[in-house]
Amino acid sequence: MSIDEKIVADFVANRIEFVTTVPCKQLGGVIDQVERSPQIHHVPSNKEDEGMGLCAGAFMGGKRAAIIMQNTALGVTGNTLATLIQFYRIPLPMLISYRGELGEPIACQVEMAVHTKALLAQLHIPTYHFHRQEDVGEFDKILKYTYMCNKPVAILTDASFWGGY
Amino acid sequence: MIRSEVLREIVPLISDHLVVCNIGLPSQELHHIDDQPSNFYMLGTMGLASSIGLGLALAQKEKVIAIDGDGSVLTNLGTLPTVANNVADNFILLIIDNGSYGSTGDQPTYAGKKTSLAAVARACGCETVVEVAAKDTAQALKTALEGDKMTVIVSKCISGNIKLPVIAMDPVVIRDRFMREVQRRNS
Ligand SMILES: [Mg+2]
Repeated sequence: MSIDEKIVADFVANRIEFVTTVPCKQLGGVIDQVERSPQIHHVPSNKEDEGMGLCAGAFMGGKRAAIIMQNTALGVTGNTLATLIQFYRIPLPMLISYRGELGEPIACQVEMAVHTKALLAQLHIPTYHFHRQEDVGEFDKILKYTYMCNKPVAILTDASFWGGY
Repeated sequence: MIRSEVLREIVPLISDHLVVCNIGLPSQELHHIDDQPSNFYMLGTMGLASSIGLGLALAQKEKVIAIDGDGSVLTNLGTLPTVANNVADNFILLIIDNGSYGSTGDQPTYAGKKTSLAAVARACGCETVVEVAAKDTAQALKTALEGDKMTVIVSKCISGNIKLPVIAMDPVVIRDRFMREVQRRNS
């Protein structure tokens, strides 16, 4: 089973039926798997705060929802995380490509990478960092943890985890 | 007609449906006129009423009406292509377009100038889009509810507000009450 297949299998095993995505090169494979999964309703969104709104609505409609996005989007979702997801206590797994780490070819990505963990810490969002391929073994537990505590939970996945570009 | 008068006219139609209501005065007005468990009030997060409403409509069978504003749609304009391309025939997006940011003191929006939100919605691919004068909103909504077709309604009204207190309900109570109602109606 590939990492992409494992992540989507864990989504399905945890009854996550609605996934919204904003693409990133690193996430291409997992987004393809989400699109292919018959158990998951995939709704691409144009911006991550919009995606979080879709997830909040789907959750209230009875479907567990997750978002797949890039870490740069933490710069545009602060208000939505605080005033919608956290204020109303909506569980939200956020699978995030952690651009700007080792192996990154684009200097500008580092500019948000240096703020990524600080922003998540400031927002009191439980954060996990997948660096080695075997780290994906914790994904299932992280999803269960998310629905135990009804919080947004971030899973940062860097280039080493995805095996480079 | 101002927004609160439009809301008063449509309450008999929306009262029996799931409603996601925009931040600020629209939610305060709906809460004041017709508070009930089938209403989800946004206490923050300007712009996301249409996104929350669409997510809700896609996830369950009951009809959903998102009450949005022109300023809020402008702040999340990317929502219209998402609505157009993810058709939910149980979804109605009602944009009450008073050409101003009502909750912040009636500063003008571009929707009150050159920008037509109905034309934007059509250009984004929304198939059923109607623009009506405020007094015809209830009729347009009635038609949309009977039509079982995803519909965007742009209701052109004048700006103006009534003085109301903020909603004191806890957000978790609003959400929990709403979710129980969604579940009850779907079971
Ligand atoms: Mg307005």
